[in-house]
Amino acid sequence: MSQHHHDHDHDHGDGHGHPHAEIAQTGMPGYYEIMETAVRELLVERRLIGADEIRRQIEVLDSRTPALGAKVVAHAWVDADFRRRLLANGRTACEELGISFYDDTQLIVLENTDEVHNLIVCTLCSCYPRPVLGLPPDWYKLKAYRARAVVEPRAVLAEFGTIIPDDVEIRVSDSTAMVRYLVLPRRPDGTEGFSEEQLAALVTRDAMIGVVPVTLTAGHTAKGALQ
Amino acid sequence: MPSQTAAHGGPFAGIVPADGEEPVFAPGDAVRIRTLSPVGHYRVPLYLRGKTASVEAVIRPAAVDNEEEGYGRNAGARRHYYRVAVPMTAIWADYRGNPADSLRIEIFETWLERI
Repeated sequence: MSQHHHDHDHDHGDGHGHPHAEIAQTGMPGYYEIMETAVRELLVERRLIGADEIRRQIEVLDSRTPALGAKVVAHAWVDADFRRRLLANGRTACEELGISFYDDTQLIVLENTDEVHNLIVCTLCSCYPRPVLGLPPDWYKLKAYRARAVVEPRAVLAEFGTIIPDDVEIRVSDSTAMVRYLVLPRRPDGTEGFSEEQLAALVTRDAMIGVVPVTLTAGHTAKGALQ
Repeated sequence: MPSQTAAHGGPFAGIVPADGEEPVFAPGDAVRIRTLSPVGHYRVPLYLRGKTASVEAVIRPAAVDNEEEGYGRNAGARRHYYRVAVPMTAIWADYRGNPADSLRIEIFETWLERI
């Protein structure tokens, strides 16, 4: 195998023309990495699962991104009947749109209003509505977010640039067992003429976790402070 | 007065549901999250044990206990989870914010007691 020389003048098509360190694993794997590999190899060796099943589940997870959740939110904004069904049973309403739930989790959709702001956290680990949003962001799994979201939610939100007025009630949902949560953000003013597709483009992952509102400039400025 | 079993949903009276089929608590009920110390896998965070809560909703359908499921026992009896609300000021003495701010969490039936 010849060494891959990085001296040809390409930029990966994404402006990625800068020099960088070799992309490679360095150092010894950690304790949990070794344990995961050992368990996986044992399961495959004993024919309890196969490599194809592992790959298939990775493909399932890779097919779920915040774009799905954004479509759900936009559909709820334009279709009052769907919005009612979504708030009554998040899982079956998402399934209506073809979003399958590959596990036994239920989905509760929490509507933000001018009186109530919902915020989602999993203090125990990283429970997250993966069927509709994909993998959680790294900050969602950090102990700082997990602990502080339930102790001082207003301070945490302020660090995301979200100032919640004192007269608005905050509800923090700690997602720890079999229910997952999705925030239905408020539809921003000035979007009356928007198509469902245009609306979906405004809805960010962080807005569906409840750390930022949806705004007309969302997607450009909604990067979390803890990112 | 309709019979209690009419609440089961069907048109026929006299159907007796099995233990665990019907939720023990209803929305609005005052409950206490029990103080238990299970060894190993648990799903009720320490900061909420012993706290008083009110039931916001019964989560349907009934499901297996995550704590049992954690040990691979995922075919056992099903009971309900409840979405309960606890005021932030009841959890943190020095909580700063709207007194109406609250924590919501789903709790398996065996972790709740009526008060």
